[in-house]
Amino acid sequence: MCTLEQRGRVFVLTLTGDGEHRLGHPLIASLRSAVASVAAAAASAGPGTALVTVAEGRFFSNGLDIGWAGTSRPRLQELVDALRPLAADLLALPMPTVAAVTGHASAGGFLLALCHDYRVMRADRGVLYMSEIDIGLPLPPYFVAMFRAKITAANALRDVLLRGRKLRAAEAKEMGIVDAVCPGPAETAAEAIKLAEQLAARKWDGGVYASIRMSIFPEACKSVGIVEESDEEKRKHFASRL
Amino acid sequence: MATGDLCTVERRGRVHLITLPGAGEHRLNPALISAIRSAVAAACASPGAGALVMAAEGKFFCNGYDLAWARGDPSGRIAAVRAARRGLVADLLALPMPTVAAVTGHAAAAGCGLALAHDTVVMRASRGFLYMGEVDAGIKIIDYFGELLRQKVPDAATRRDLVMKGEKMTAAEAVRRGIVDLAVDGGVDDVVAAAVTIAEGLAARGWDGEIVAEIRKAAWPELWSKVKDYGCDAPSRPRL
Repeated sequence: MCTLEQRGRVFVLTLTGDGEHRLGHPLIASLRSAVASVAAAAASAGPGTALVTVAEGRFFSNGLDIGWAGTSRPRLQELVDALRPLAADLLALPMPTVAAVTGHASAGGFLLALCHDYRVMRADRGVLYMSEIDIGLPLPPYFVAMFRAKITAANALRDVLLRGRKLRAAEAKEMGIVDAVCPGPAETAAEAIKLAEQLAARKWDGGVYASIRMSIFPEACKSVGIVEESDEEKRKHFASRL
Repeated sequence: MATGDLCTVERRGRVHLITLPGAGEHRLNPALISAIRSAVAAACASPGAGALVMAAEGKFFCNGYDLAWARGDPSGRIAAVRAARRGLVADLLALPMPTVAAVTGHAAAAGCGLALAHDTVVMRASRGFLYMGEVDAGIKIIDYFGELLRQKVPDAATRRDLVMKGEKMTAAEAVRRGIVDLAVDGGVDDVVAAAVTIAEGLAARGWDGEIVAEIRKAAWPELWSKVKDYGCDAPSRPRL
């Protein structure tokens, strides 16, 4: 379902296979396990690592496995609840993160891309799409918190959530949702890895980086259950570093 | 009205101009923060003053906190300066007149925060960066500072690039991204002159200072709530 490799200072997490990479229990569990390995490896690797998440096939991820949930509201809620800690793992990850959006990223898949610090996307095919309004599903609170945190232009947020606008890479870049656009999937992956290498080369202290990420996006972090350090703890950290 | 050689104060028309003098980095420590707060408070007591400009001489506007000073007694000094840091932001937010930062040189970390705590920011185009160096230096961001950044740099990607990526932003880039209002060609004096011109224009609006302060606090409510307990009591300003 997913593989993890290390290329120098960059960890590359790949959603494997040609399918939709639907976020059901098995894939979510695999991703959580992979992300946990990355966090553990980072601790021993020392400062200066980064994560790239990439996918094979036509989809980055087409969202929660609503096929598995069927008409069962409890099942759907289970999946919503299962994805939340994966979002938390990514938002707490002690290194910069880059999503290589190599295919469609819909609903929970779009959320997954937004959980990363940077997004590189292919231009030739694939859209970012919040389908909930079209299929008649409400948005879980942590989804809303993430979108509000990362898409700060009011019209952009309205278009994405309230109009179900399907964004190609170029439009997404104009709207500030995607950072770089590449011709196709191979270039997208390569550019994402290159960006990750540049970020890793800054040799940031991972704990500090994650803490600063929480200062920048506190509501999103709180919504997925991350508890921010107190100012007192931050001051102690600062004092110990002087 | 000078508050020693840590910062100087002069009037230019209706503008109360505060300058951090000399070629140094103007790093914030209790002495400098106290001097700046006195100079800011003096604006209210200066008859006919209708706007404030904060500027500096030399290569630096303000290069952040005085880490060398803090090293003298890390835990004690960091705790001791806590109230003063918030107090300076509170005083600027509660000031009963418009404020303009003339970023005449590098503004880094807390120095960048000091600039952003003003209503309007003009910046020298030819030299100097805005630089949130904390990520590079391994320093975390405390709550009121995070709030200041979120309120004054609302665009998510810009805030990420400035703070999570430690991008050094020139004036042109900062204007393009909406952090700085105006990039000014020329030297320090040109930047100050441009800031004073803007400030004079704002003073000429003849706004009721108490209203300016109330509206500003209402515009940045989350930030105000995090610093309000540390401000000096703003003296009531006679209407002229």
